[in-house]
Amino acid sequence: MAVTDLSGTSPDPAVTESRAAAEMVAELAGLDALETFPEPRPPLWLRAWSATWPKLMALAIAVLLWQCVVWSGWRPEFVLPGPATVFETLRELVGNPTLWDALGTTLLRGAWGFLLSVIIGVGIGLLVAGFPVVRTAVGSLITGLQTMPSIAWFPLAILLFKLSEAAILFVVVLGAAPSVANGLIHGIDHVPPVWKRAGRVLGARGLNAYWFVILPAAGPSFVAGLKQGWAFAWRSLMAGELIVVIANKQSIGGLLQTNRDLLDSAGLLAIMIVILVVGIIIDSLLFGTIERRLRRRWGLMAT
Amino acid sequence: MTLTETPIRAGGAAPPAVSPARVALSEVTKTFGHGASSVVALDRISLAVQPGEFVCLVGASGCGKTTLLNLVAGLEQPSNGTVTVDGRAALMFQEAALFPWLTVSRNVELALRLRGVKRAERRTRAAELLDLVQLSDFGDRQPHELSGGMRQRVALARALAQEADVLLMDEPFGALDAMTRDIMHDELERIWKQTGSTILFVTHNVREAARLADRVILLTSRPGRVAETFPVDIARPRRIEDADVTALSAAVTARLREEVARHGRH
Repeated sequence: MAVTDLSGTSPDPAVTESRAAAEMVAELAGLDALETFPEPRPPLWLRAWSATWPKLMALAIAVLLWQCVVWSGWRPEFVLPGPATVFETLRELVGNPTLWDALGTTLLRGAWGFLLSVIIGVGIGLLVAGFPVVRTAVGSLITGLQTMPSIAWFPLAILLFKLSEAAILFVVVLGAAPSVANGLIHGIDHVPPVWKRAGRVLGARGLNAYWFVILPAAGPSFVAGLKQGWAFAWRSLMAGELIVVIANKQSIGGLLQTNRDLLDSAGLLAIMIVILVVGIIIDSLLFGTIERRLRRRWGLMAT
Repeated sequence: MTLTETPIRAGGAAPPAVSPARVALSEVTKTFGHGASSVVALDRISLAVQPGEFVCLVGASGCGKTTLLNLVAGLEQPSNGTVTVDGRAALMFQEAALFPWLTVSRNVELALRLRGVKRAERRTRAAELLDLVQLSDFGDRQPHELSGGMRQRVALARALAQEADVLLMDEPFGALDAMTRDIMHDELERIWKQTGSTILFVTHNVREAARLADRVILLTSRPGRVAETFPVDIARPRRIEDADVTALSAAVTARLREEVARHGRH
């Protein structure tokens, strides 16, 4: 039996072979078609609606419960006003430039604080993930910082920075940076070894391995860290604005404090709704969208 | 890797000495751990793979097949002996190990990018490679949208993109269903012929080895040594159900059983 039959003694091997090849291509295409069926995605309006109605329903139930508590007469109306009064106040507030002015200040502080947290968090995260000594030194400290209530930092922050923007920023960063760092560290630690091996085999070493394999692989965990970091930043910011009131500068926290001083419960609740709504919008519209995109791209969606 | 190179179909008994071996292991020993707890994975293994040759390594668990490939790929260093590779080696795993954050086409392009291929050239080259593995229509998909067999073909395209001189394959079709595997065998054989590459293929599926290889090398387990080399003088194209393939795999299996049984006697 010859190993290869280049002389062509068998009945026209070229024809047999090309026919076999054509059959194989057809078979392969058939298998591929059977195994990849496009996942149907419902239209945008339907997706938007199915994402919205449960929220609206929950909101309606919450408002109803609130109204029931008010009706029960547990507290007098001027302490706990009903939804109708609060929504009326909110409507007035939305028409008032003071709110937008305050919201602008607060969001700007939040953005700066968060940006700084991301820079610092990523730096620390990379150091901890990359150098075992650094990990041993400060690894557990990062988680410790995360559990420290941000309000506990304010006395020190005020001593260090007086009643200033810097004091607020300081606490926001301390609140958010550990989450960002932890997200990144977790992501880098949990890169499947087979991807690292694949990267090495493809020639990604040193910085290239980080840039092309490890960092993208840490993506989902990093985004989760960012999301949590934002939540911490927003909470620290609200605490900061309640305590560190800077003269002649309106902020959301400041408005909250003013309303409390004026015993304006409806105003207080209206501002609280604003805080909640802003938090939800940024969390779900910004970070939620990034997260969902990533999950869909990676094939991690449950649907 | 030159596309015009005619693959040398060498029987294992007497490989022609016209060209130096593409891969050569000489008295290679690999030990893991130190002192009393150390494990000898490979024990004085010598083997040579000629350019264009398709060699399959078979053996039971613990024969150090994966270690051997890691040594050839340069992922690990031998404890003793020398491993020489004439050129570069690409490695393909049992898992496709595609990166989920990249599209199919980008996965292939990454291999080119890491070799310093220019962007415009990367595009066309990746398209060619996807065409070679019959996946031209799937370049823009994400890996998770593909079946296991298709992902393995992308991994093959990615390995080929490295334009390595040796293609190392670590049980690449082990996780596939029988029908897909048969087709993958045809595919691999076709691509091997077309590209003239040298392939060192590890499997525990003896039939697969008989179906694909020019030469089947049977390794013993713990420590891994070369037990026997079987030249495969069966005309191509082959089918896995061919009588000759069946006969050869029966012979290899019998020898493998002897080896495995030897371990039970201790």
